Amino acid sequence: MAKSNKPIVWGLFAAGGTLTAFFLPALIVLTLLAALGYVPDLLAYENMRAFAEHWFGKLVLFVIVSLSLWHAAHRLRITLHDFGFRSDTLIASAVYLVAALGTIAAIVYLLRI
Amino acid sequence: MSERQIQLEVLRYNPETDSEPRFQTYSVPCEAEWVVLDALNYVKDHLDTTLSYRWSCHMAVCGSCGMMINGEPTLSCKAFLRDYPDTIRVEPLVHFPIERDLVTVIDDFMEKLNRVKPYLIPKEARTIAEGEYRQSPAELKRFKQYTLCINCMLCYSACPEYGLIPDFIGPAAIALAHRYNSDSRDGGREQRQQVIATKEGVWECSFVGACSEVCPKHVDPAAALQQVKIASTVDWYKEHLMPWGKS
Repeated sequence: MAKSNKPIVWGLFAAGGTLTAFFLPALIVLTLLAALGYVPDLLAYENMRAFAEHWFGKLVLFVIVSLSLWHAAHRLRITLHDFGFRSDTLIASAVYLVAALGTIAAIVYLLRI
Repeated sequence: MSERQIQLEVLRYNPETDSEPRFQTYSVPCEAEWVVLDALNYVKDHLDTTLSYRWSCHMAVCGSCGMMINGEPTLSCKAFLRDYPDTIRVEPLVHFPIERDLVTVIDDFMEKLNRVKPYLIPKEARTIAEGEYRQSPAELKRFKQYTLCINCMLCYSACPEYGLIPDFIGPAAIALAHRYNSDSRDGGREQRQQVIATKEGVWECSFVGACSEVCPKHVDPAAALQQVKIASTVDWYKEHLMPWGKS
């Protein structure tokens, strides 16, 4: 029996899961704070823009955005399977396509900044 | 001693006479501290000698008496009647064919267990004169939890993936493969990976986690499978992105 190639997507899923476990709660808190009108100076538009203009900032944003997408895609695929949707090839193709498009979009938009 | 009358609804099936399984209800006078296995033994001794079921140790060590008790995979020797209502439904473990009454055919599990080579394959052969294979407490701790498996197969009954995909090697066998892979004295990991790093191996697991919930020995097979996934992923990247690193 041949070894599976699933580690390609599972590796991205696991890495993305580790990242989102840390960043998602922080993002929720910051979004709520911003919604309530408290925007810390560090997160002001100019500062965020300067961060995204630097190559290292771009790299950080790219890693977080793309890995989160791959994590979400795989999570959705498995959740649909657990809910009884059995057309795995179709579902896998669809969710990974979205993640791939999102990854390309992230590259394009980050390079434009 | 207080006595309680329990209605035991037991699944019966005799392949020689029955076309399909049916339920038979026994009214059993039970002592308060009994477990479901005691009630079954009462039936066998006093009410119906034709009832078939497996059991041996009566102390959650042998792993023989796993059954569906009120729909949940449970060792009947660990299922205290005080935790159940007056009517208890007892069925053979699901996902396995029924041999007779509560006895299941376990050939599929035995074959899979055999396939993952759940025994020590020494890294280097040592003669008796060279002495024992030594291991530090820290090295033992890495896998000790996974040695506690008693092969009771409750995890196979709990696993929806195994029910859906019978080829799935399943929780206990993969957890045991992981137990030997994690052993500092062992050198058989690559042989086992050929079996468990496959689609029918660990990658069929969708991490439902029911295996760990029903495990009577707290082995936590779900954790073992996730660790196997991480290790197999690292292997994959090494094999495909760093082929020069392969020995």
